[in-house]
Amino acid sequence: MNLLWIAFSIIGAIVGLLLSAKAVDQGMMIHGMTFAIASVIAAYALISQHYNSRPAVVDQSGGPDYNLAIVKYGVIASMFWGVVGFLVGVVIAFQLSFPVLNLDLPWTTFGRLRPLHTSAVIFAFGGNVLLATSFHVVQRTCRTRLAGTFSPWFVFWGYQLFIVLAASGYVLGITQGKEYAEPEWYVDIWLTLVWVVYLMVFLATLWKRQEKHIYVANWFYLAFIITVAMLHVVNALAIPVSLTGVKSYSLFAGVQSALTQWWYGHNAVGFFLTAGFLGIMYYFIPKRVNRPVYSYRLSIIHFWALIFLYIWAGPHHLHYTALPDWSQTLGMTFSIMLWMPSWGGMINGLMTLSGAWDKLRTDPVVRFLVTSVAFYGMSTFEGPLMSIKEVNALSHYTDWTIGHVHSGALGWVAYISFGALYFLAPVVWKRKSLYSDKLVSWHFWISTIGILLYITAMWVSGIMQGLMWRAYDAFGFLEYSFSETVEAMHPFYVIRALGGVLFLIGSLIMVYNLWRTAKGDVRSEEKDELILNPEVAVAR
Amino acid sequence: MSKVEKDELSGVDTTGHDWDGIKELDNPMPRWWLWTFYATIIWSIGYWVVYPAWPLVSDYTKGVFGYSSRAELHEELASVEEGRASITTELVNADLADVKNNPQLYQFALSGGRSNYAVNCSQCHGSGAQGAPGFPNLNDDDWLWGGSVDAIYQTIKYGIRSDHDETRTGEMPAFLRDEILEKDQVSDVAEYVLSLSQEGRDPEAVTRGAEVYANECASCHGENARGNPEFGAPNLTDAIWFYGGDKQTIVNTIANGRANVMPAWDDRLDESVIRQISLYVHSLGGGK
Repeated sequence: MNLLWIAFSIIGAIVGLLLSAKAVDQGMMIHGMTFAIASVIAAYALISQHYNSRPAVVDQSGGPDYNLAIVKYGVIASMFWGVVGFLVGVVIAFQLSFPVLNLDLPWTTFGRLRPLHTSAVIFAFGGNVLLATSFHVVQRTCRTRLAGTFSPWFVFWGYQLFIVLAASGYVLGITQGKEYAEPEWYVDIWLTLVWVVYLMVFLATLWKRQEKHIYVANWFYLAFIITVAMLHVVNALAIPVSLTGVKSYSLFAGVQSALTQWWYGHNAVGFFLTAGFLGIMYYFIPKRVNRPVYSYRLSIIHFWALIFLYIWAGPHHLHYTALPDWSQTLGMTFSIMLWMPSWGGMINGLMTLSGAWDKLRTDPVVRFLVTSVAFYGMSTFEGPLMSIKEVNALSHYTDWTIGHVHSGALGWVAYISFGALYFLAPVVWKRKSLYSDKLVSWHFWISTIGILLYITAMWVSGIMQGLMWRAYDAFGFLEYSFSETVEAMHPFYVIRALGGVLFLIGSLIMVYNLWRTAKGDVRSEEKDELILNPEVAVAR
Repeated sequence: MSKVEKDELSGVDTTGHDWDGIKELDNPMPRWWLWTFYATIIWSIGYWVVYPAWPLVSDYTKGVFGYSSRAELHEELASVEEGRASITTELVNADLADVKNNPQLYQFALSGGRSNYAVNCSQCHGSGAQGAPGFPNLNDDDWLWGGSVDAIYQTIKYGIRSDHDETRTGEMPAFLRDEILEKDQVSDVAEYVLSLSQEGRDPEAVTRGAEVYANECASCHGENARGNPEFGAPNLTDAIWFYGGDKQTIVNTIANGRANVMPAWDDRLDESVIRQISLYVHSLGGGK
C-alpha cells in the first residue's frame, strides 16, 4: 500500500510540474507548482515513514486502538483556519464600513477577500471540524479503529491542499463566480478526489463496526458526505478553456445556472452546516452531559424528514426573479415544511439535558453546546420565515440575510464546533482536563456579546435598508436613492465590525487555552476545580 | 450491547443501544412537534392548490387563484401609471416657466424630480447636488449653459457634447498641446485668470497674461471674463471653479483643454421625468 501511495505522490508531482510548465496563465503556473511541491512533500513523508516506521503503540486500556492522531491534526487545523477565517471576516467588515481599507490593491479588495472569508469559515474551519469530529465519532461509536492507514491522511492533507489552492486562487482573482463554489475546475476535481476517499474511509469504518446498529450521529455524517459530493459535482460541471489554464465556463446558463447554484448553495447550508453539525451535536452533547439522547424515535423521523425536505428548498433564494412561479412556490412551501424537522434536532439536543441542566451553570463547555442549539433553533425558525415570499420581498438582498447567516454560522456552527473542540483537546492529547475552564467562560461571554452585536446590528440595518428601498412618497415616487441607504447603514456596519472583533478575541483565547492544554499545563488557580476529561478518568 | 434499562431520572426506558457510552431514551415524539409538522404539510398542500406549484410534462399546475408574479408586477406598474396619467399629461403640455404658478403640479414635479434625480443624476452631481471636480454644483447660481428652467431642460434633454444631434457643444481648446500658446504664456494667462478673483498674484505675469487673454480667450469668455452661456464658457471672475481653482489645475485646463460630457437623457427618460428633474434642479437655489 505504501508503495502505491508513493507512486501517486510522484505522479502528482509530475502532473503539477507539467501543468506549471505548460501553463497558459500565471494562476495555473502558481497552482501547478503548489501542487507539485505538495506532492513532493507527501512523497518524502511517505518514504521516510517507510524507513523509520515504529511499532504501533498498543492502547493500555485494552479497547480498540483508535486513530487519535488524525483527530489531533484536525483539531489544530480547525483552530488555525478558524482564526484565519474570523480575521478576514473582521477585515472585510471594516472594509464595508471604511472603503479606504480596500487599499486600492487588486488582492486586498472586498471582492476577493469576501470569498476568502466565507470559504475559510465554512469549508476550512467548518470542514476541518467535520473531518476531525466525524473521524473521532465514527471510530468511537463503531468501536473500531478508523479504516485505512494512509487514506485518512490523504483526506486530511488533500483537504488542506484544496483550501490552499482555493484561497490563494481567490486572492489572485481566480474564481468561477459562484457563491460558496468559487474554486475553478481543477480545484473542483481535486476536491472530488479527496471527497470520494473521505466517503470510502467513512463507509469502510462503518462496514467493520463492532456495534450492531449505526449511531444517529453517523447517519447525519453520512448524509452530509454523500450529499455534498452530489451537490459539488453537479454544480461544478464546467468546460475549461484550456487544460493548462485556470478559466472554465459553467455547463449551465441563465436561470438554469441560477437554480443549480442555489440548489447547491442552499444545500451546502443544509447538508454541510446543518446535517454535518447535527452529527456533532448528537455525539458531543450526550457525551458531555452524560445523559441519554432524549428520543430515538424523534431522531429517526426528523433525520429522514430533514434529508427529504431540505433538498427542495433552494429556489427560495430566487423569489421574484426569472425563476418560474411554480418553482418559487415549491421552494417556499418545502422551506415551511422543513421548520419542524429542523427543530427535531433542537428538541433532541435540549431535552437531552433533562436532569443535567445544572451543568449549564457549572460546565462552560456545556454552555457552548447548549447555546449553539438555541441559536440553531432560532436560525431554523428565521429561515422558513424569510422563505415566505411576502417576508422575502422585504428581506432579500438586504443585511437581514447576512444577520441570519451569521446567527447560524457564529451561533450554531461555530459554537457547536468550539464545544466539540474543547471536548476533544484533552481527549486527543490525553490530558486530565483543559488548561482552564475560566478561560472557556471568558471565551463564551466575549464571543456571545460579539454575536449579539453582530446579528442585532444586521437585523436593524437590513430591515431599515429593505424599508428604505420600498419607501414611496404621496405621488408614488421613490423616497431614497441607493446611496442614501448605504449612508444610513454605516453606523450598523461599524457595530457589526466590533462584534466581529469580539468574536475574534474569543477565538484567540481559545487558541491559547488549547495550546496550554496540549502542552499539558493546568492553570494553578483552578487546579482543584477543573472538570475532568471522562476518557482519562475512565482509564484510571 | 447493553439491555433495555430504565433511566433513573426520567423513569423512561432506554432503547437498549449503547454507543461509546451514549444511550437513547424511548420517548415518543412530542405531540406539539408532530401536529405542527402536520399543519405545515397541510398548509403547503393548500398553497399548492391555489398557487402555481407542480411542473407537468410541458406545463405546470396554475393554481385556482390564477396567480402570476409577472402579471402582478405589470398590474402594479399599470395602476401607478394610471393614477398619475392626468397630472403627467398636464406637466408634459405645460409651459415649464409657468409650472410654479400651479402649486399641485409644481409639487408633483418637485417630488418626482427629487426621486428621479437621486436615481439618475446623483452618481455624478452628488446626492445633495453639491457637484464634484468636473461635475458642476447645481445649488449655486453659477450656470455654464444658463440657469433658466428652459435652459436646464435643454441641457438635460440633449446633453453637452453628447451623441445627440441637438446636443449643446463648445470646446475649451488645448492651447499648449496644440501649440497655440507657449508654456510661459499659459502660465501668464493662468496668473491673469487667478488675479480676477484673488489678490496678490504676480503683477508682471498678470500684465503679460492680460494681453494673451485678450487675444485668445476673450472671444468665448468675454472681455470682462464673465463667461458666455452660448458656448458654455464659465465666468472666470467668481471664485467658483469647475475643475479646480489652484494654479496647477488652471494651467492644465488651458494647456490640454476640457471636454466633459453630460449625457443626453432624451432617449433614456420620458418627457415627464425630464421635466420633473429640470424643475427640481431649477428649484435647488440657483435657478434663474
